[in-house]
Amino acid sequence: MTGPGSTPVVEVLDLHVGYRWHRTVRPAVQGVDLRIDPGETVAVVGGSGSGKTTVAQTILGLLPAAGVVTSGQVLVEGEDVTHAHDRVLRRIRGSVVGLVPQDPTVGLNPTQRIGAQVAEAVRHRGVRERSVSAEVVEALSAAGLPDPAQRARQYPHELSGGLRQRVLIAIALAGDPKLIIADEPTSALDVTVQRRILDHLEGLVADRGIALLMITHDLGVAADRADRVVVLDQGQVAETGPSRQVLEHPAAPATRRLIDDAPNLTAVGPLDRGLEEADQPPALLRVEGISKSFALPRLGAGPRSVRAVDDVSLVARRGQTLALVGESGSGKTTTLRVALGLEAPDAGRVVFDGQELTGRSFGRLRALRARFQLVQQNPYSALDPRFTVAQCVTEPLVALRLADRAGRKRRAVELLEQVGLPTPYLGRYPAELSGGQRQRVAIARALSAHPDLVFLDEPVSALDVSVQAQILRLLGDLQTELGLTYVLVSHDLAVVAQLAHHIAVMRDGAVVEQGPASQVLREPRAAYTRELLDAVPGRRHASAG
Amino acid sequence: MTLDVSPLARVAPPAAPEAVPAGLLTFGEDEPSPRGQRLRALLRRPGFVLALAFVVLVIVSALVPRFFTTYDPYATAPAARLTPPGAAHWFGTDELGRDLYTRVVFGSTLTIEAALSAIVIALVAGLTLGVVSGFFGGWLDAVLMRVVDVSLAVPGLLMALAVVTALGFGTLPVAIAVGIGIVPGFARTTRAEVLRVKTLPYIEAARAGGATRRRILLRHVLPNAWGPVAVLAVLDFGVAILSVAALSFLGFGAAPPAAEWGTLIARGRDYLVTAPWVSLLPGLFVGLVVLSLNHVARTLEEVR
Amino acid sequence: MLRYVIGRVAQALVVLWAAYTVTFVVLYLLPSDPLALMLAANNVQLDSLSPDQIAAARARFGLDQPVHLQYLHLLVRALHGDLGTSLASHEPVRQLLASRLPPTLVLSLVAVVLALVGGVVLAFLAAYVQWRPATLLLTRLPSLGVSLPTFWVGLLLIQVFAFTLHWVPATGNLGWRSDVLPAVTLAIPTSASLAQVLTRSLRDTLHEPYITTARAKGLSRFQVQLRHASRNAALPTLTILGLLVGATVTGTVTVETVFSRTGIGRLAAESVLGQDVPVVQGIVVLTAVAFVLVNLVVDLIYPLIDPRVVHAPKVV
Repeated sequence: MTGPGSTPVVEVLDLHVGYRWHRTVRPAVQGVDLRIDPGETVAVVGGSGSGKTTVAQTILGLLPAAGVVTSGQVLVEGEDVTHAHDRVLRRIRGSVVGLVPQDPTVGLNPTQRIGAQVAEAVRHRGVRERSVSAEVVEALSAAGLPDPAQRARQYPHELSGGLRQRVLIAIALAGDPKLIIADEPTSALDVTVQRRILDHLEGLVADRGIALLMITHDLGVAADRADRVVVLDQGQVAETGPSRQVLEHPAAPATRRLIDDAPNLTAVGPLDRGLEEADQPPALLRVEGISKSFALPRLGAGPRSVRAVDDVSLVARRGQTLALVGESGSGKTTTLRVALGLEAPDAGRVVFDGQELTGRSFGRLRALRARFQLVQQNPYSALDPRFTVAQCVTEPLVALRLADRAGRKRRAVELLEQVGLPTPYLGRYPAELSGGQRQRVAIARALSAHPDLVFLDEPVSALDVSVQAQILRLLGDLQTELGLTYVLVSHDLAVVAQLAHHIAVMRDGAVVEQGPASQVLREPRAAYTRELLDAVPGRRHASAG
Repeated sequence: MTLDVSPLARVAPPAAPEAVPAGLLTFGEDEPSPRGQRLRALLRRPGFVLALAFVVLVIVSALVPRFFTTYDPYATAPAARLTPPGAAHWFGTDELGRDLYTRVVFGSTLTIEAALSAIVIALVAGLTLGVVSGFFGGWLDAVLMRVVDVSLAVPGLLMALAVVTALGFGTLPVAIAVGIGIVPGFARTTRAEVLRVKTLPYIEAARAGGATRRRILLRHVLPNAWGPVAVLAVLDFGVAILSVAALSFLGFGAAPPAAEWGTLIARGRDYLVTAPWVSLLPGLFVGLVVLSLNHVARTLEEVR
Repeated sequence: MLRYVIGRVAQALVVLWAAYTVTFVVLYLLPSDPLALMLAANNVQLDSLSPDQIAAARARFGLDQPVHLQYLHLLVRALHGDLGTSLASHEPVRQLLASRLPPTLVLSLVAVVLALVGGVVLAFLAAYVQWRPATLLLTRLPSLGVSLPTFWVGLLLIQVFAFTLHWVPATGNLGWRSDVLPAVTLAIPTSASLAQVLTRSLRDTLHEPYITTARAKGLSRFQVQLRHASRNAALPTLTILGLLVGATVTGTVTVETVFSRTGIGRLAAESVLGQDVPVVQGIVVLTAVAFVLVNLVVDLIYPLIDPRVVHAPKVV
């Protein structure tokens, strides 16, 4: 690793970038300085709206049409490329600065073979035509793809998400760049897959002496993998320094906010007080031996159906939170839907407060519905855009005919107060609210019929990190105040740690481990649980500290 | 094994309430609702306002043509035949000396009436088909969509021609024929929208909240699905006008001396060399009306 | 793959059969009195006939049988290639169609090619050019193309290019020069439609994340638009190809009338005017065949361009 004194690969000097909107320019980046030396790993951390993505786009010269650099400079290997012509920038893209984009499911051209897409990057480097195929296979193999020659002839949809991410890495490396920009490398994939890929990428850049710029909102990732951290807040640099130092002794309030809000495994600590089996509160919801299969579209040879849930049994106790944890495909969401009565299981039964739910028609279930409700994952599509907030939160009351107009009005005011929204919001429409505010409305809606049990399906995963913390706190407070029982489904162990009394870990449709939260998180018995825990970002830094 | 956070951090004040994302207006007590905002955005576009005003004017002229002209569309004046456009006769005169502009204005009554009837037929039939098909799904959907697919195999105008063959000529048969030709496209779009809305999370939330299917259809699906359908209706109004004009151009519309737009253009064909305005000006007028309708539809779609 | 092909062909046949049936329903069941209709086509008034003559006429037209038998008879004969006889000219419909088909076929083909070229070029430029006034113009232009009545455009072109500039003849079927104006007139609305759909599709595609990946590799905007965006943007446009062909065939009805050309279109206009039911039915069925064929070809080509269809995803 070269030290200071050598030409930095990228230097950003007092950069100001804005977006044209109607006739003004709205500033997005206001005076950012950044320097990346050869071979070092720098993480730019910030919430949404901090300007971190804009900085990355400016370095590559790929700002959207409305973006404009109002002042400042971007130097790549000493050359000023701030307002350079596209021809100049094209020389730099790929061969000096490479990009690993955020979402592997949409980062590859779906109608072009993998090999062809990697070949484009190889050719850009100037490799002669007859060596291109060999180089393509070489690049794919270096990125960790098994059977690279065969994979090169396949199309993106034939590869899993993790493999597609590796292809994107191969494309970035194929140009033989001096710097790779990794945009939000931890958002789109399962935690265990992501960890393996990031480890691999780390190894590759270390071997080849490539600098790495990570754009992320996740402090844990920054802590684990970066030499230096730059914290951005509202377009300005809040703080910068070696990662250990910034994270252990944060100076700027923005940094402290990010640290505070990042859910981690010990922020609050598991809630169970270690009660004995006999002292546990009574069971409110029992899921007994549920199984569910889905038919697959017939595609020649191949399985006819997939077992989404395989003989799952769970118990949710009054006033406590049962958390279902698992990665995508684990069957946790299907289990939730079966428990809610939205899907009928192939086998097994669901018992709510002594009454069996399975096999009952929707009509007969209606009366019971008031007692268990649902909060969904995506607040942006969970509210009818044509309903005012007041109408949204009182809908269950209308649908189940539980209150008259006056009663509904009163209840609506009550509910908004409970979830921490000001009363004037009753007349607003969802489009006028932010993601966190909408989720609060969704929670209020779930509470309107005075339920005993609330199902939470990934309630914070679509929200910004700082907002996640607030919503989780709200959910915790509501549980204590109202004595609610929660069934929480999440892929994020840190989220679960804040709310769960009992945790059930699922994988491929089966429950791999379940028990009190403190035990599952601190002394996991199953290997898979340990793998999940290890994959949570922030662990490496923590264990090193 | 803790991510050890310095005690200083814990004492730091809690984060400020979430900032309103860029792009949203700040909140005041009398801030207009999204619907009001949309209206303002629409009215701020001069092209839209102009086009809308023109269309409204034309529709009004269809209802009360007397407001817009003093001439008599049927009064022949052989002495003044085939005069070019000028101060006295804005569009010139036709081969029988009738004021062309007046004929166009009175023609709008017939053509617009026919086009409107066609759209109403298409809306009623198409919406019903689309909603039933999209909302209830299952075998009903499969059957209905096969029928619609077939109807698409016979292009609208040809279907209209077949209907006219069967029913005879005149404004009403033409209206029915054009309407039937437009139904399949409508049914398709409505169904697609209903399907799209049906799978949105808030529908499921309503279901979990105990809403009956009827409530979901009436209070959630229909209000959210009608947007693109309305845009299509405006677009198809233009298509209907063109189809009606085409059919009357070919001679299937109201018999002379009725002044449907298509008929006007057809009669003018014989005088194309000497008096091109007899055909070209009415046609230009039709084009402008349809263009305005298209512009209105597209603007409505953009501002959503 | 074979299963896919067989499925599509079977579907095409079903659609064809259904189109025939729908036409039958419209032409034979819709009129209040089919007999009066057919007699009128022969310039005979129903009231002027005696009851015996009426019965004889009914038998001659096959209208004395119950409806479903009529339908079956007609269907069976159609499957054997016998599409009936024209009420006006007493020629077999099949012969009539065969004689008028070639000029229309040529005209339609040329028009479709022109429409494809025009629409694609227009859309490509609209998405590539970055100078705002030009982009605005290129995006708004197709609007004009779909708003103007086709027959009027034909008349306008005749007025300008034939009567004023004398570059091409106005009417008739004399060699390739008289094909120019009709083909252009036919092509305008369809190319405008195509341009609209393709422009929107290209614009959407250019916002996809994989376009950013491609540009980050160092490719130029032109290369990216050509190699990456075009293929993906073409997919939705392929699906409307059948509609475009159908629209072109429909357009020949007015265009051939305006330009006084012989062909299926003009035959259709005349037959409707004369209420010549068998001919109208024959023409509608013919169009349905064309539409179904084009759709079939598109369906068979589609998997070659979009690998996500048909390929069994072997996700490992």
